[in-house]
Amino acid sequence: MPIQYYIILSLALFCIGIVGVLVRRNAIIIFMCIELMLNAVNLLLVAFSKMQYNTAVIANKATTVGAEGQLFVFFIMVVAAAEVSVGLAIIVMMFRNTHSIDVNFLNRLKN
Amino acid sequence: MNAIEILFWLLSALAIISAMMVLLSKNPVHSVLWLIAVFFAISGHYILLNAQFLAIVNIIVYAGAIMVLFLFVIMLMNLNKESEPKRNFWRILIGIISGGSLLMILVSLIRQATEINNKNALMESGNIGLIKTLGKLLFSDYVVPFEISSVLFLSAMVGAVVIGKKE
Repeated sequence: MPIQYYIILSLALFCIGIVGVLVRRNAIIIFMCIELMLNAVNLLLVAFSKMQYNTAVIANKATTVGAEGQLFVFFIMVVAAAEVSVGLAIIVMMFRNTHSIDVNFLNRLKN
Repeated sequence: MNAIEILFWLLSALAIISAMMVLLSKNPVHSVLWLIAVFFAISGHYILLNAQFLAIVNIIVYAGAIMVLFLFVIMLMNLNKESEPKRNFWRILIGIISGGSLLMILVSLIRQATEINNKNALMESGNIGLIKTLGKLLFSDYVVPFEISSVLFLSAMVGAVVIGKKE
């Protein structure tokens, strides 16, 4: 499968995530859009790792070129899980203080 | 058009339509369910690319753990009614215009790039996505980042408890 297809699919998912962050005001939906962007990047990293492997495997059958890309995706998942746990705790605390999850309420932080 | 291409287009259409529905649905619970559909489509792409370990980890970690956490918070705060405040038309228009123009610019850049012409991602073969290869690499060259990520998890756990507990 040509790599351009994967790049364009990932770009479409990433831009849908950006539009979601810009348009929606619900803090949980914004958070889910960030997850969507992370997943688009993960898909692209896996596609690129298979692309590098495809060029390297012709010379050497037992090569592991490109496995680092998939390992990087694994670490991105680890960091995303940690980020979600802290972020949802922040959203719960915000809801407890303001009784709303509208992000526009957060401009009270400046006073 | 062989089976791989048909599956690729089906999964791509499923991913993009579900991602749109995440934004368009008013109820946050429906958004979570559509996002789980996106994750399953992306896992299908990983299986097509023969990245079996990442496909399973994506389902277990994202669809299994993170999305359940989201659902848990939504149910806990009783947000599963239409709680979105009134929508601002200009805000929506500006968001769609800026995101769409970013997409158009990047797609035109990709179409002009000559370095990636005739480059293909290897489908349904190649053993770099197997648990054996990734495990050997993870526990030899990348063992220090692996251990550091455990410290990251510990600090995230402590942080979540400290932030979330009642005063």
